Amino acid sequence: MTELSPTVEPVPLARPTAPKNKPILEVRDLTVDLPARGDRSYAIRNVSFTINAGEVVCLVGESGSGKSVTAFAAMGLLSKALKPSGGQILLEGEDLLNADEPRLRQLRCARMSMIFQEPMTALNPVLTCGRQIDEVLETHTELDSRSRRAKIISMLARVRLSDPERIYASFPHQLSGGQRQRIMIAMALILDPVLLIADEPTTALDVTTQSEILKLISELQSSNGTGVLFITHDFGVVAEIAHRVAVLRTGELVEMGPADQVLSSPRHEYTKMLISSVPSIKPPVRQVAQERPILLRTERLGKTYERKGLFRRGAAVHAVEDVDFVLRRGQTVGIVGESGSGKSTVARCIARLIDPSAGKIMLGEADITQMSSSQLRPYRRRVQIVFQDPYRSLNPRMTVGASIIEGPMNFGMSKGEALARAATLIETVRLERSALNRYPHQFSGGQRQRICIARALAMEPELIIADEAVSALDVSVQKQVLQLLDEVRRRLDLAVLFITHDLRVAAQICDWVAVMKQGRVVEFGTAESLFEHPQHEYTRALFSAAPGRGREFGQLHLVDPDGIAERVVRVVP
Amino acid sequence: MLEFIARRLAGTLPVLAIVTLFVFLMLRLIPGDPAAVIAGDNASSEQIELIRQRLGLNDAIWSQFGIWISHVLRGDFGESFFFKRSVAELVLQRIEPTLALALCTLLFAIAVAVPIGVLAAYRHGSLFDRIVMVLSVVGFSVPGFVVGYCMIYMFSIVLNLLPVQGYVRLQEDFWASLRHLILPSVTLSVGFIALISRMTRAAVIEVLREDYIRTARAKGLSQGVILVRHALRNAAVPVLTIIGTSIAVLISGVVVTETVFGLPGLGRLTVEAVLSRDFPTIQAVILMFSVVYVLINLAIDILYTICDPRIRF
Repeated sequence: MTELSPTVEPVPLARPTAPKNKPILEVRDLTVDLPARGDRSYAIRNVSFTINAGEVVCLVGESGSGKSVTAFAAMGLLSKALKPSGGQILLEGEDLLNADEPRLRQLRCARMSMIFQEPMTALNPVLTCGRQIDEVLETHTELDSRSRRAKIISMLARVRLSDPERIYASFPHQLSGGQRQRIMIAMALILDPVLLIADEPTTALDVTTQSEILKLISELQSSNGTGVLFITHDFGVVAEIAHRVAVLRTGELVEMGPADQVLSSPRHEYTKMLISSVPSIKPPVRQVAQERPILLRTERLGKTYERKGLFRRGAAVHAVEDVDFVLRRGQTVGIVGESGSGKSTVARCIARLIDPSAGKIMLGEADITQMSSSQLRPYRRRVQIVFQDPYRSLNPRMTVGASIIEGPMNFGMSKGEALARAATLIETVRLERSALNRYPHQFSGGQRQRICIARALAMEPELIIADEAVSALDVSVQKQVLQLLDEVRRRLDLAVLFITHDLRVAAQICDWVAVMKQGRVVEFGTAESLFEHPQHEYTRALFSAAPGRGREFGQLHLVDPDGIAERVVRVVP
Repeated sequence: MLEFIARRLAGTLPVLAIVTLFVFLMLRLIPGDPAAVIAGDNASSEQIELIRQRLGLNDAIWSQFGIWISHVLRGDFGESFFFKRSVAELVLQRIEPTLALALCTLLFAIAVAVPIGVLAAYRHGSLFDRIVMVLSVVGFSVPGFVVGYCMIYMFSIVLNLLPVQGYVRLQEDFWASLRHLILPSVTLSVGFIALISRMTRAAVIEVLREDYIRTARAKGLSQGVILVRHALRNAAVPVLTIIGTSIAVLISGVVVTETVFGLPGLGRLTVEAVLSRDFPTIQAVILMFSVVYVLINLAIDILYTICDPRIRF
């Protein structure tokens, strides 16, 4: 039923080249209603834009801005609660909003395809990758099984998967995130659709993998003349891949233009704010004092996991090996690295949430490496953690106040005293006192992360471990939380261990940075020297993979602009 | 895989040992004297004592157990106190109706429950879904014998479509045999349909929220393919678990159903054996049921690995 166009030889395309003006997708005055009793009546309102053949249009915006709703509306995959109530979506002139379900099924994956954010969950775990791509050909073509297989194998090769035969027979859980995203791309593009919708396709990937996937998408797209609707929240990615950018804010399109123009001279206030919130990859000049007392020192810290078999000893996995670093009072040490590099394992060892298997952890003068849990108790108070996901790290059935006072009361503080402290702390993190009587679901992600910080501070810690504490937040909120963390560090003279995969964030907030790869620290130095003159090959590779590295975004003003820090009540006597 | 099966089978030996010991001891600790039952109401105490000696019931419990277990290991389950026949022969003779009934019940329950569950999940929140949910509560709470007598009244007495009671051997007349099995199987399956359909529904609803279902829709697959190939297969593990448990429950359900419908199966045999304190028969039947249950569990575990490639033992 669908014509298969012959494979076009790849043509190198220097970006950003203005592609030919043949509209593939036209979105006109699209409005999608939200179900009643939301905080607004529409998910998106009067959104209009066009994507031409061979063009990549980035749809940028923070969470809740309606980016994904726009994409799902085009695919006809909106959940039943969301109804398009006005406007048109034209795919090569055909109105998708008026197309019936069988027609939409014909178009999906044949004329318009979609790839998703989470390659870990987007593939069916019980079917082989080959079979899942085969379903597409089975549904949309009349090919026999042998030619389908041949076509799939050649497509797997085109998305640069080595050993396509093996990949064909593999189940998703046997492949890495990057490989799975390649499978998704192969599946999406195997029938040469005119439109590819990519919904944050690289957000869940490591920087090096991200840059490979971005390159792959842009190569395949330009060689086939595919129009791409690329959804992202990351301006670095926009700088890498976009021809044009559309900025969405709470469901409305506020700015649209060529990528270069929007990035370098944004016109709308919101776009300006967004772009200036992106932390610069150049670290600011910071005074890094060498003479401050050492709070935490690790010596040859190691963590090995052994898979235990009933009859035999399983293989050992060295999650962390020989990690040495020093953290001084009042300073921030960042640990950066890709997933699986062992950075979180280091954090968990230091907090003694897991037991290290080698080396030493010195907190002040005490060796806490092998302490029993009862010996450890007094030290627990001194080290507090703020976790990545503010949506899951607060108990949903406890009020914010109860969450904050739980720790101090465990350590013998009276309830009244603990509540009084909670009230001061909640103001320290700039929330209203009334927040104490509310439940976590009544707060946004950024507010919840503030609550988590208040909860950590309630213990009067000397060391705060922030484990990807701002990774799940939108840039503008991220900026505020980073400012808060840095301010609290200065006011209370705290040491902060900051775990992140985001080089930009690390550049802005850290005094010292350790780069980890496969369980080892490959480079350790002041943020300034490390970012300006990376020594290790891997550090350089990481930096060069960071999207939009050539572009200067906003400086994060960690020096408190509004003087709010003056109003912070000192918690530690 | 073979190693896994061997290991699992070896692991069942202690379980079986404990079950045998437990059954043996329990029968001898509960009140009731098989000799008295055999001798009848008018027997003198001397007669009863004679029977006790003949059956070996006066020996120490441990020596009784030793004799019994050494025979069992050689495949000899002894002679029934009551029926005066070899237990092995007795069980073999009664196994066919029970097996036929259990199999029919199971197949019928799965054939009805799984599609209902999938459909209810797909139409989650619809009228159909709500009716299924209500019926499943009803189906699960009404006892088997009530359903059984209602069905006999409806289909046998009022409509005169199916036989009231009894059994015809499969090799004698296959269709007649099947006709006799319909009512008991349907009766017995009511509870299981309720249980399995609910479980299927819950598992499929869960799976339908997964990202890969969205991917499947984005591929342009039809709803049927998505439901069966993508959703049901991923929902299989909890469904298999509940089916495995159902088989265990089924075994105890057979006892009641066979009595209601007058099927000469193992369930009736068990009832008769218990009433007459026929120790060798009870022991053999319970031991057999335990073996069957252990094997079913093994089969379910193997099916897990086939359904979900991520599960490895």
